[in-house]
Amino acid sequence: MFDPIWKLALGLITGILFGILLQKGRVAKFRVIVGQFILRDWTVVKIMGTAVIVGAVGIYALLPTGAVSLHIKPLVWMGVVLGGIFFGIGMALFGYCPGTSVAACGEGRRDAMAGVGGMLLGAAAYVGFYPQIQGLVTQGGNAGKLTLPEVSGLSPWVWIAGLVSVALVAIVWSNRRRLLASTQHGDSISGQHHPA
Amino acid sequence: MNNPLSQKSWSPYLVGTGIGVLSWFAFWSADHPLGITTAFEHSAALIFQAAYPPIADANSYYDAESPKIGWEWMLVLGVFLGSLLSSRTSGDVERISVPQMWRERFGSSVALRMTVAIFSGALMMFGARLAQGCTSGHGISGTLQLAVSSWLFSVIFFSVGIGTALLVYGRTRNV
Repeated sequence: MFDPIWKLALGLITGILFGILLQKGRVAKFRVIVGQFILRDWTVVKIMGTAVIVGAVGIYALLPTGAVSLHIKPLVWMGVVLGGIFFGIGMALFGYCPGTSVAACGEGRRDAMAGVGGMLLGAAAYVGFYPQIQGLVTQGGNAGKLTLPEVSGLSPWVWIAGLVSVALVAIVWSNRRRLLASTQHGDSISGQHHPA
Repeated sequence: MNNPLSQKSWSPYLVGTGIGVLSWFAFWSADHPLGITTAFEHSAALIFQAAYPPIADANSYYDAESPKIGWEWMLVLGVFLGSLLSSRTSGDVERISVPQMWRERFGSSVALRMTVAIFSGALMMFGARLAQGCTSGHGISGTLQLAVSSWLFSVIFFSVGIGTALLVYGRTRNV
């Protein structure tokens, strides 16, 4: 029923730091989440992209030391595909994701509080119909706990280098006008307003 | 204004780096990826069990999973408290029921916004449990481990989210 007290405390501390980061990142706001989906505000992609790259470097560097172990979710085809579709529709209408809706409650947002109640109902529907859902979802097959390095036969560092390259290209591309202007006029790009 | 908590926002790259480092800490200290929705699933299961104990024998969920108040439950509580601390310290508090973008598209009805929030929140959570992860569990923790399931989930939910939002809110609206 309960984890040991040190583990509960660890979860609480980790959560408080996570909550501060989400609130300071401005992703606990409807306009930032929906702004990302209508491709007007790229805050969500910047935060997630940076987190994934920094996280991947650390986890794959620590993995050989035994300090961490991987926790890969199985590729249950129908669950992942249907779940992704439901999740995308729900998140676009709600304007928050599960973590940021909890953070949005901390900001005082009433619609997020209603949605968190709805999230408990959604979880209840999943638990209540678990036997039927499992029977249905597993019909689509389960490819197991696969990683991209396993599937491709490439080192994880090749994949991480690829992610870093994509991120660098995206940053240069999204700042191309500013970079072009600064090379043409020889202006310093420091101190200029960062584009959205 | 030397206290960084009193600032209304930090650079998204700084926040992303912080979440990345925090995920190292979570893996190392608790052997857990950052994830939110398992706690909701366990809460629902515990509530069912408290209200109707025989469900534990009737529903195979209770054979497959052992719901508890654990690390992930405290993580969710912490996210709320951390955001509360951050928003109160900086004064970035928005006690609103109908966000501005929503009002421009659907009007100022509180009942409509709350109803859609409840049902879309429920749909989102149901999808997350089908896929076994959310924006945190799959979108960050899973993709950083280079999991195939997490990359597939993230591509699908982002694409569907973009399609839904463009249909519902339109491209031209001001953010």
